[in-house]
Amino acid sequence: MKKNEVPQDDSPLKRKNINEMVYAVDDDGKFVSVQSTGWEAKTVVQHENLEVLDQRIQQALNDVKAGNVSPIVYFMELNRMDWQTLAAYVGKWTFFVKRHGKPNVFKSLNTKTLQKYADVFGISLTDLQNFKG
Amino acid sequence: MQADFQHKQAAHCENGAIVNLLGDKGFKISEPMAFGLGSGLFFVYLPFLKINHAPGISYRPMPGKIFNRMAKRLGIKVQRFKFSDPKKAQQKLDENLSKNIPTGLVVGVYNLPYFPDEYRFHFNAHNIVVFGKENGNYLISDSVMDYTVSLNEDELEKVRYAKGALAPKGHLYYPVSVPETIDLTNPIKKAIKQTCNDMLAPVPLVGVKAIRWVAKDILKWHKKLGVAKTNYNLANMIRMQEEIGTGGGGFRFIYAAFLQEAGEYLKNQELLNLSQEMALIGDNWRDFALEASRVVKKRSNTENVYQVLSNDLMKLADMEEAFFKKLKKAV
Repeated sequence: MKKNEVPQDDSPLKRKNINEMVYAVDDDGKFVSVQSTGWEAKTVVQHENLEVLDQRIQQALNDVKAGNVSPIVYFMELNRMDWQTLAAYVGKWTFFVKRHGKPNVFKSLNTKTLQKYADVFGISLTDLQNFKG
Repeated sequence: MQADFQHKQAAHCENGAIVNLLGDKGFKISEPMAFGLGSGLFFVYLPFLKINHAPGISYRPMPGKIFNRMAKRLGIKVQRFKFSDPKKAQQKLDENLSKNIPTGLVVGVYNLPYFPDEYRFHFNAHNIVVFGKENGNYLISDSVMDYTVSLNEDELEKVRYAKGALAPKGHLYYPVSVPETIDLTNPIKKAIKQTCNDMLAPVPLVGVKAIRWVAKDILKWHKKLGVAKTNYNLANMIRMQEEIGTGGGGFRFIYAAFLQEAGEYLKNQELLNLSQEMALIGDNWRDFALEASRVVKKRSNTENVYQVLSNDLMKLADMEEAFFKKLKKAV
């Protein structure tokens, strides 16, 4: 990539006034650092990525509404977590956290456990308990 | 209590933290040189490890490796601490700052408020440098940004105690002593040899062999998982390749810049030639990323596009294999 080929496209970074730095070759064949506002190819895959995550959130919401999963699954997706990450945040084995994703098991959870989840998700205990989708 | 700290932007966070921390100790080193001496160029494929619901692909060695290797090769002493108690972690940091010691931290990206939403994932190996504290706010040099930022105590504790894969556990580091004069000749040679050995490693998970494995798996994803999932995996791969913090295609350019600097230092013409060749390989990685992003966007359904991507990746693996064999002989 030549210095004048460094992409200066619109990007999420640009909207936050952040430039990123890349290395490119100048006219004398020397490597120099150049600032870039972003690259379209990258923005495309980032949006694709977020779109898929949004679909997962929507799916989880529908599943909560249909009574297939507990609110924990919805808030997990909302926070872009997977089972392992959530388990690490609440300090429990993944196996148990997955069980808490079942509506019946969720109903029988004690306040202390629920409070842990609520804290991780940054919501109140009642918001978590009463979440109907 | 703000040290007269100079924030220098970098292409990759770990290199940047190294450059900024050592710069503060009066040791000037360029980002490419730090990256090259730390043998930062790498490729690993972990199909059984799912990260953000996609197979794990990394273009860099384990977090901390780049600095550790480089420090070892140059005889720089680095102190590292982890804390099970967040209060102790903050205490140690405050203590350092009161002694004017800018301090590197490993943090999770998800809760960094200054990052755009598109960059917020549970990725726990980002490097920042804290260089001061003003009115309870920590002054942060995040080397992938062109300006410095600040975080309050709660915000900083949250990112230092991010959980999940590679949880940083308050990880904190800083150089304690730097030798007065350093001859780079042997460190450069050793570092280049290690990168060559990594990339040519005779195991399927690492280096060019791993790149070939991914190339084959792209076809398998398409047949077995369908277009949507394949595109998602590809999108993740390209994110790992080109996004800040992880690098990949961009890494080839940093490495090319390193080879140029190394070639000039060692007066080795072959390294200078190879640095231009590495830049061409970098261009090919970028072409691959561009092509993949087109596939992801169009959601094209023909068998052919994945075959093309797979072939491109195979070609990249061949180019890199030939390249690193030559590089190994050049030092």
